[in-house]
Amino acid sequence: MTSGDDVVRVRQLVRSKAQSIRLSLVDQTKLVTAASELARNTLVHGGSGSARIEVVQRGGRSGIRAVFSDTGPGIADLDLALTPGWTSGGGLGLGLSGAKRLVDEFDIDTEVGRGTSVAITKWSR
Amino acid sequence: MTQQVPVLRLGDALLVSIQVDLQDDDVLALQEELAERIVSTGARGVIIDISAVDIVDSFIGRMFSSIAALSRVLDAETVVVGMRPAVAITLVELGLSLEGVRTALDLEKGRAILDRLIAERRPAHDLDYLDDDADYVPLDDPAGERARPDPSRR
Ligand SMILES: Nc1ncnc2c1ncn2[C@@H]1O[C@H](COP(=O)(O)OP(=O)(O)OP(=O)(O)O)[C@@H](O)[C@H]1O
Ligand SMILES: [Mg+2]
Repeated sequence: MTSGDDVVRVRQLVRSKAQSIRLSLVDQTKLVTAASELARNTLVHGGSGSARIEVVQRGGRSGIRAVFSDTGPGIADLDLALTPGWTSGGGLGLGLSGAKRLVDEFDIDTEVGRGTSVAITKWSR
Repeated sequence: MTQQVPVLRLGDALLVSIQVDLQDDDVLALQEELAERIVSTGARGVIIDISAVDIVDSFIGRMFSSIAALSRVLDAETVVVGMRPAVAITLVELGLSLEGVRTALDLEKGRAILDRLIAERRPAHDLDYLDDDADYVPLDDPAGERARPDPSRR
C-alpha cells in the first residue's frame, strides 16, 4: 500500500472476502470499516506498507483475518495510541481504538524504529 | 478532481450524492468544491446523500463535520441523508459522533429539515427590518450616504 487508492482496494477486497464467507451485513460493515482505519494508519503513520487478507477456519467457523504491516516509526506508547481521541497528528484519534472495538480479535506488534503490524479477525456467527 | 461526485442544484440547495468509494484525496477535493459552490451559487443548504455509501470511517465522518461547520460559516446549512442501518451501528461503535452534523432518514425529510433551518436563519422580523429600511431611503440620497435610520426604532 502506497497510496489512497490502495486503501480503497483493501476495502473492496475485504468486502468481497467477507461476502464469500457470508458474514452478516453489519459484521461486513464493521470489518471493512476497521480495515479502512488500519490501512489508512499504515499509509499515514507508517509511510507505506502491506495488507494481507485471508479466510481462516477454527472449530468449524470461518473468519476473515487482515494483517496490516509497515516498517515505519512504530508506536512508543501503545496504551496512549489505543486511547479513544488520542492522536499524534491531526486525526480524530478514533481509528485504532475504534477498529479494536469493531472486530473479534485484535493484536498489535510494534517496535519503535522498526514498524507496526496489526492483525484483526472477524468470525462468522 | 475528475468529477467523482457530481454536485447538483436542488432549488436553493446543493445536492451531493456519493455513489463511489472515495479515496481520501477525493473526499478533501469534494469538501473544497462544495465550499466554492456554496459561495458561487449562494446556496442556502447542502444535502449529502449517502444512501449508496457502504461504510463511513473516521475520515469521511470528519469530512461531514467539516462541511457542516464550513457551510454554517458561509450562511448555509448541511444535512446528511440516507445513512444505512449497518453504517449507523458501525459508526456508533467506532466512536464517531458526527459533531454538528444534522441527519435525516431520506431526501424528503432532509429537505424538510433544511427548509426549517433556513427559515430559522432568516427570521420574519429580519425581513420586516429590510422593508422598514427601504422606506427610509431618502430620494436625494439613494445610496444612503447620510446617517442610516436606527433599526431599533420599531
Ligand atoms: N501504523 C502506525 N505506525 C505508527 N504509529 C501509528 C500507527 N497506527 C497508529 N499510530 C499512532 O496511533 C495514534 C492513534 O491512531 P488512530 O488511528 O486511533 O488515530 P489517528 O490516525 O491519529 O486519527 P484518525 O481518527 O483519523 O484515525 C496515531 O495518531 C499514531 O500516532
Ligand atoms: Mg487513524
